[in-house]
Amino acid sequence: MTTVAVKPATMGQALGRALRDAMADDPSVHVLGEDVGTLGGVFRVTDGLAKEFGDDRCTDTPLAEAGILGTAVGMAMYGLRPVVEMQFDAFAYPAFEQLISHVARMRNRTRGGMPLPITIRVPYGGGIGGVEHHSDSSEAYYMATPGLHVVTPATVEDAYGLLRASIASDDPVVFLEPKRLYWSKADWNPDAPSTVEPIGKAVVRRAGRSATLLTYGPSVPVCLEAAEAARAEGWDLEVVDLRSLVPFDDETVTASVRRTGRAVVVHESGGFGGPGGEIAARVTERCFHHLEAPVLRVAGFDIPYPPPMLERHHLPGVDRILDAVARLQWEAES
Amino acid sequence: MTVMEQRGAYRPAPPPAWQLRTDPAPLLPEAEPYRVLGTDAARKADPELLLRLHGELVRGRRYNTQATALTKQGRLAVYPSSTGQEACEIAAALALREQDWLFPSYRDTLAAVARGLDPVAALTLLRGDWHTGYDPREHRIAPLCTPLATQLPHAVGLAHAARLKGDDVVALAMVGDGGTSEGDFHEALNFAAVWQAPVVFLVQNNGFAISVPLAKQTAAPSLAHKAVGYGMPGRLVDGNDAVAVHEVLSEAVERAREGGGPTLIEAVTYRMEAHTNADDATRYRQDADVEAWQDHDPIVLLERELTERDLLDEDRRRAVREDAEEMAADLRARMNQDPALDPMDLFTHVYAEQTSQLREQAALLRAELEAENEADGAGR
Repeated sequence: MTTVAVKPATMGQALGRALRDAMADDPSVHVLGEDVGTLGGVFRVTDGLAKEFGDDRCTDTPLAEAGILGTAVGMAMYGLRPVVEMQFDAFAYPAFEQLISHVARMRNRTRGGMPLPITIRVPYGGGIGGVEHHSDSSEAYYMATPGLHVVTPATVEDAYGLLRASIASDDPVVFLEPKRLYWSKADWNPDAPSTVEPIGKAVVRRAGRSATLLTYGPSVPVCLEAAEAARAEGWDLEVVDLRSLVPFDDETVTASVRRTGRAVVVHESGGFGGPGGEIAARVTERCFHHLEAPVLRVAGFDIPYPPPMLERHHLPGVDRILDAVARLQWEAES
Repeated sequence: MTVMEQRGAYRPAPPPAWQLRTDPAPLLPEAEPYRVLGTDAARKADPELLLRLHGELVRGRRYNTQATALTKQGRLAVYPSSTGQEACEIAAALALREQDWLFPSYRDTLAAVARGLDPVAALTLLRGDWHTGYDPREHRIAPLCTPLATQLPHAVGLAHAARLKGDDVVALAMVGDGGTSEGDFHEALNFAAVWQAPVVFLVQNNGFAISVPLAKQTAAPSLAHKAVGYGMPGRLVDGNDAVAVHEVLSEAVERAREGGGPTLIEAVTYRMEAHTNADDATRYRQDADVEAWQDHDPIVLLERELTERDLLDEDRRRAVREDAEEMAADLRARMNQDPALDPMDLFTHVYAEQTSQLREQAALLRAELEAENEADGAGR
C-alpha cells in the first residue's frame, strides 16, 4: 500500500479535479462553456479536461450564454449530464431566460418525465480587483427561482465534494464559486477526497456560545477571522457555513441560534431583497423565544458593484461584522 | 477524429491570405417560394402521399375549428389556431422519422398530433390542468414552448448530443416569423451551424406576430436569407403547398441525417384566424387581406390537384370528412369531461426530493384542503 501525499491544493484545483473525476466516472458528463477547452478556462478550472477527454466532452462554445445553457438543456433532454461554465457572474445574465423558463421548471412541467441534471458553474463575488461586471453576487436571483438548487463552497474540500454532489444531482444546480477563494489553499489529498456531502447541509465551521454568524462562500473566511478577533472582546462566536442556499438547512441554523440566542447574517450580496432577509426571517420565525436580540445583517451596500479601487469599502469586513455583533444587546445580560 | 474536430481548422489563416470561409452562393434560398402543386412536378407526385396529406390536412382543419369551439365553451383557456397553416404543421411532422424529435411552439399542437400524440394530451397546456400532458421522451416531442424561440437551442443541443452518441436522430425546431427576432433564434442557428448539428429549423412566416406585420419585424430579403449569415443553406417554400413543404423538409432531414448539418426553411403561409381566440384581428388587418388567401388555402390547393388527377371522388371525400368528424367528436367528448386534479401534485415534481421547506408548504395546503372538505361535508 502506497502512502498518498497530502499537499496544499487550491480551491480551483479541487474544482478541476472534481470535474475530471466526474467525467472519468460517468461518460455522460460533458463540460461546455467559453474558453473551457484549449485555454482551460479563464480561472484554469477546466485545465487539461479537453486534452484528457477530447473536445467532444469538454467543448469551447460560441460566445453566447443563452446558447450555452439552451443547448445544455437539449443535451440533458437526450440523457447527457452537462456542466456549463458561465465565465463571470455578470456574464450569466443572458442565460437567465433559459434558466428560469426552462432549466428550473422542466421537471415540474413534465411531471417528472424530463428532469434536467445540469450543473451551472458561476464564478461570483468580488474582492479580486475586477472591473465592472466581474464581481456581482447574484445568488438572490437564483434563490428566488423554484426548481433550482443553489450551492456555494467555502473550503477546498467542499469545493470538490459539493461539485461532485451537484453533478450527480438529478436536479439543476447553480454552483457559485467564490472567485477570491479560487487561490485559497488547504492540505488536501486529491486521491482520497472526502465523502461527497449531500446538497443541503450546512456545517458549523467554528463552535461558539455567544452568537452565531450565518454566512456562506466568500464571507466564511472573513467571519472566521472576525470570530478570532472577537475573542479579545470576550465574545465566543459560532460560524455556520450554509454551503447550500437552496435547499436551506433550517435544522442546523435553528439549532445553532437557539443555542447562542443571537445571530448575524453575513454576505457580500446587497442587503435589500438579498438572501439575509430570507435567512433572518426564517431564524426569527423558528427561534423567536430563544433570541436575545434582533437578527442583524451585514451585507454589501445596496449599490451597483463598486469599481475595484473602492470595493474594500463595500465588502463586509471584520470590523463591520464586529460592529454588528456589538449591537446584539449585550447590556441586557450584564 | 472527434465530432468537434470535423468542423475544420481552428487556426485562422495568416495575413494576407484572408478569404471567404464558405462560398455563400449555394446557401442562398430560392428567389421565390418553391411550389409543386399546380406545376408539372405535381403530376409526378406520389398519389399515396397526396391522399395521406389531404386526409391529415382535413383532420387538422377540423381539429383547429373544434379546439376554437372548445374555448367558447370554456373548456380551453386559450387556443392559438393554425387554420391556414395546416400544410406546414402536418407535412413537416410527416417528414420526420420515428426516432426524430419535434420541438414545437405553442401554435404547433397540430404537428404534435400529426406525429401521433393523443389530441387531448396535446391540449393539456391550453386546458390548463398541467403544463405538458405527455412524456416528451416517449413521443420525442418537446413540450409545447411558449417563450418564443427558446426551444430552438434545445433542439440544437439534443441533436448534437445524439450525434455525439452516434445515434441517427434529427431534430425539427418550429418557430414563427416573430420568433426570428429573438436572440435565441440567432444563438440556436449559430450553434447549430458551428457544430454542424442535425437540425432543421422551420419558420412559419404567417405574416403576423400577433398584430405586428413582417415589415416591422425584419429588413432581411427573406427570413430564409438569414441562413447565409450562419453558413447554412436557406430554403424558401410555399407553406400552403403541402407537397412542396413535405419535399423540402424531407430533403433537409436527409441532409442533416447524412452529416450535412442544419437547414433553415422559411415556409410562406398566412394565419387565417386571429392570434388566439382572445385576439381581435380586425384592429390590424382588413377582411380583404384574409379573403385574398382563401383561394390559396392549403386544402383547396391539394384538392385541386387531387381532382385534376381523379384521385378524389365523392366516396373518398365523404370518408375523409367522416374520419375528421369522428376525431372531433371524440375530442369534444373527452374534453367535456372535467380533468382529474390533485392539488398536492403542485409539490410533487419541483425537485427529485422534496425540500423541508416544500414539505412544510405541502402540509399547509393539505390542511387547507381538509378544512375545505369538512366545510363541504358540513354544508350538505
